[in-house]
Amino acid sequence: MTEHAAALAGLDAESADWPQALACTGPRREEALARLHGLLVRIARKEVARRGPRLQITGPELDDLAYQAAADALVAITSKLGQFRGESRFTTWAYKFVMFEVRLEAEDWERLPDRFGFDPAREAEWRDLLVALHRAVDQELTARQRRIFVAIVLNNVPLDALVIELASNRNAIYQTLFDARRKLRAALAADGYIDDDGWRRS
Amino acid sequence: MNGWSALDRFLRTDPRDVGCAQAMEMLHIYAELAADGAPVEERYPGVAAHLRACGPCGEDFEGLLAAVRGEAG
Repeated sequence: MTEHAAALAGLDAESADWPQALACTGPRREEALARLHGLLVRIARKEVARRGPRLQITGPELDDLAYQAAADALVAITSKLGQFRGESRFTTWAYKFVMFEVRLEAEDWERLPDRFGFDPAREAEWRDLLVALHRAVDQELTARQRRIFVAIVLNNVPLDALVIELASNRNAIYQTLFDARRKLRAALAADGYIDDDGWRRS
Repeated sequence: MNGWSALDRFLRTDPRDVGCAQAMEMLHIYAELAADGAPVEERYPGVAAHLRACGPCGEDFEGLLAAVRGEAG
């Protein structure tokens, strides 16, 4: 028996059953996905409510955020099932992804226009561009590039504070952000928002 | 908080701090042990140091701990 299998064998019955049910096919998997989704939504709602006062969003948007976080967590969990090593209950491992997704969903992208000085009165001109930028951050950047972009650009974390938080150094963080900026510019160029001469306004 | 204490907190680092990646890798184990009342700060001092110092990771820990305790309750 492998170490991984032995660890899973030592689990409580429910935790041992989850990975098997999610890895199989047919009705058993569908039932497990639906049941897990229900659990993740419940945990995401509680977490969103817990963080609510600091999220600066209210009402139906909080519920939307919880559902989106639960859906994204479900995708992460099913794609990383092989990483569950039985070191905790399955649900504890799964709920960790809810915490990560709530954090990502709660990022304050509404600050972005102000961060770059876009005029609110001319939102029609830049709204699509910033949606494309957000999409590029999600799709093009590595997890580390994304984290550094969010910390510095959205959350205004000082570079030296980030150096400590990530146990890194200024040069490494600058280089990571430098690479991220190049990727984002290339993505926006590919979408037709920018060329060598600058922005192409619609 | 005045500028002196803010600067002092900013400059004060714990050499045991394992960083974000390792703390997040261990988070489910750490949270479950904490919920069970185990002495996690002694067992995983580097993770504990990180969760005290890093706001976002500390927030994730508090949320996961609340979720695990809610399940048990």
